[in-house]
Amino acid sequence: MTRSTAVAHEGVSSLVLPSRRTLLVRSGQAVLSASAIAILAGCETMAGSRQANADSTANDAEILNTALGLEYEGVAAYQVGVESGLLSSAVRDLAVTFQDHHKAHADLLAATVRKLGGMPVEPKRTSEYVFPVDQLKSETDVIRFAAGLEQGATSAYLGAVPLFGDRELAKAAASILGDEAMHWAVLRYALGEEPVPDAFVS
Amino acid sequence: MLSAWGRVAPIAMKQAIHILGLVVLLTGLVAAARGQGSGAGDPERGKALYARCQGCHSIDRNRIGPLHRGLFGRRAGSVDGFDYSQAMRASGIVWDEATLDAFLAAPRDYIPGTRMIYAGIKDPQERADLIAYLKEATR
Repeated sequence: MTRSTAVAHEGVSSLVLPSRRTLLVRSGQAVLSASAIAILAGCETMAGSRQANADSTANDAEILNTALGLEYEGVAAYQVGVESGLLSSAVRDLAVTFQDHHKAHADLLAATVRKLGGMPVEPKRTSEYVFPVDQLKSETDVIRFAAGLEQGATSAYLGAVPLFGDRELAKAAASILGDEAMHWAVLRYALGEEPVPDAFVS
Repeated sequence: MLSAWGRVAPIAMKQAIHILGLVVLLTGLVAAARGQGSGAGDPERGKALYARCQGCHSIDRNRIGPLHRGLFGRRAGSVDGFDYSQAMRASGIVWDEATLDAFLAAPRDYIPGTRMIYAGIKDPQERADLIAYLKEATR
């Protein structure tokens, strides 16, 4: 975090965030990263495998679909934060960056569900997520809300990884888990909390 | 000397066994009084464990998983407005300490076909802690 931006904002003391350029290196909606393509390629190999068991494949697709719903919720939650009018420009940029990551996860998950012969779930309308918007009164509230979702997403992926029948899919889920955990750590840091509070996530 | 020891040893051994038994009994009673090893849950520890659930669940709103308010005594698959799996709706389960304990240990084994994507909590004490928290928080 050499190119950091210090932001003093109501409710967030000494908030220090990396600049978006530092944090976000050509991420976003335009392209899936090379690693995502590699993950998807692995999933394609799996989907065509003669050894793939039909029940196991259906089970894996269902797990991915639940994860997809989680990613759509994350995208919508960041949209609420971005549109709240409560975020400084640095935090807003960070929120957009993380939202882009969730969109990339969702794209990958939806594509993989289709490869496995499943029907990807669709995102809900933002109002259907019933976010606690009445409790978001400050930038700190928004960051804390996002941090909670990222922590939960990390736990959700951790709980899901052992369930996959196919190891390539477990690996893909673990890759997303790592990204969610990094989001959570950065948001904790932004809140002035220990970014990595423990040696393990649970 | 040897013959004297030969007479004393059986008596001393008997007393030692009695004392040891008493110690074991007292230790067990103290542990039970503290809730250790009895399966009693600690809601404070359970609150921290609930963070694992919050990827998908909330106490007060349906998310990827159903809300938890009113969990105890509720029939599985019956929260209004939540789109459950057929397996959950048809399970016939009513949530209480015992059914939650079995479900949380291995959700997809207990209700095959559930959409809950969680491998389960293998530690019985952690399950007890989480259930203790849920009992308080979902009233």
